[in-house]
Amino acid sequence: MKKLSLKPVVFLVFFSPFLWLVYGVFAGKLGANPIEYVLRDLGDWTLRFLLLGLAVSTTRRLTGWNGVMRYRRMIGLFAFFYGFLHLSVYIGVDHFFDWATIWKDIVKRPYITIGMAAFIFLIPLAVTSPKAMVRKIGPARWKKLHQLVYVIAVFGVVHFFLLVKADVREPLLYMAVLIFLLGERFYRNVSAFRRPYHS
Amino acid sequence: MLIKNTIASDPKSFEITTKSLYMDRRRFLQMSAGAIAGAALMPWSVQAALPKKIDGIIPSAFSTDEPTNKYDEVTSYNNFYEFGTGKSDPLDNSVNFKPRPWTIQVDGHCHKPGTLGIEDLFSQYQQEERIYRMRCVEAWSMVIPWVGVELAAILKKFEPTSKAKYVEFTTLVDEKQFPGQKYPIIPWPYIEGLRLDEAMHPLTILATGIFGEELPAQNGAPVRLVVPWKYGFKSIKSIVRIRFVEDQPTSTWMKQAPSEYGFYANVNPGVDHPRWSQAKERRIGEFFRQPTAMFNGYGEEVASLYKEMDLRKFY
Repeated sequence: MKKLSLKPVVFLVFFSPFLWLVYGVFAGKLGANPIEYVLRDLGDWTLRFLLLGLAVSTTRRLTGWNGVMRYRRMIGLFAFFYGFLHLSVYIGVDHFFDWATIWKDIVKRPYITIGMAAFIFLIPLAVTSPKAMVRKIGPARWKKLHQLVYVIAVFGVVHFFLLVKADVREPLLYMAVLIFLLGERFYRNVSAFRRPYHS
Repeated sequence: MLIKNTIASDPKSFEITTKSLYMDRRRFLQMSAGAIAGAALMPWSVQAALPKKIDGIIPSAFSTDEPTNKYDEVTSYNNFYEFGTGKSDPLDNSVNFKPRPWTIQVDGHCHKPGTLGIEDLFSQYQQEERIYRMRCVEAWSMVIPWVGVELAAILKKFEPTSKAKYVEFTTLVDEKQFPGQKYPIIPWPYIEGLRLDEAMHPLTILATGIFGEELPAQNGAPVRLVVPWKYGFKSIKSIVRIRFVEDQPTSTWMKQAPSEYGFYANVNPGVDHPRWSQAKERRIGEFFRQPTAMFNGYGEEVASLYKEMDLRKFY
């Protein structure tokens, strides 16, 4: 018998931060500067989904739970969804399509440059997310392309780190999670390299 | 021991108060006790929120006629890292803050060093309403109806000497009242400074209130600086010390990030902060950004203070 899929429930859980924000905007619950609140919150969720996406294979390796892989694509697409909204709010609401200012921001401010690059790198990953695309471009190339997520996650954390004025505790927390997730991969690769004749 | 000689013709105490009044007094005391007990049961936040009106405020010619921000905006969106780094932390974490008793120590290069009690500030000086634009370095702004006293009037009483070139201000350090100070996010105490002529400028005030009431903790109770042509962080809150000094003080933000924060911190749309373009600002409560004015729109009054200076260098 086919196991009952939890996907719709997981989808709703991942979608709920967005619903909460929409509710907050209309209920006026986001404080005196709702635009800043929305921008920050969307940025936070982008980063959380990026790290959650990286945590999927780590979780599988550490717990042996293969089923977790089923949610990786959805998590990745949610990272793109929140990232897209984050950028849209920055361009369309915070700066109201003031392209001159936005361009100056991109050129002058490293955290904007890096954030923008991270989003641009996310686009090909989102585009190639359907299963058909994996077949079309071939699994090996697909896998290579999707390794971009490491760069994106590092850029995402650096983006957050650079924009903080003084209190770096929160970006440090994200950085610690990222270092753990990347460190686990590094450790695994090194151990695999050391015993090439096993398996 | 107090020995009181009574004279026969003096009225006896029972003769002064009639029986009914005496009984009334007992009832009054009983009711008061009930009221006090009731007050003690009220959550602290509710008690702390009881606003205290300031009497005898006069309007000022320096006030802008721009519409002021709402009370809730002014009191719920604050940068006051002593209470935490989030914008709502100052409101949420200031329940243990005690603005009384409060004295400001005034010393350094002056002939009459001493202290300034918060009550002196109310009793000895005329309270004025000053509706000023306030511009934060993070590119948002508000219009706030401050109540306060010209700083110059206060400083003069302490008679600064010819060696006094700058004024340094310090905020209280007490992690029981300021929970944010448990972490070394920025070097405590918060320190700010002005050149003496900036401090003596008629626009510069020590604020004691907003919206006709005493300052809430999150806005810098019981007394803070307001320098409207500079970024908000120059307007140091909860001042406990004012010192006349010869050398330019090093402010907290200069210590924190010297490449980003200079001593002057004049609002200047032409000089960007590494993180925020200063060309435009968002007035809290509005959707569109508006252009930022040089010296936050107070150029007519203050530009002459800087006429010899390169404000790109002295930012």
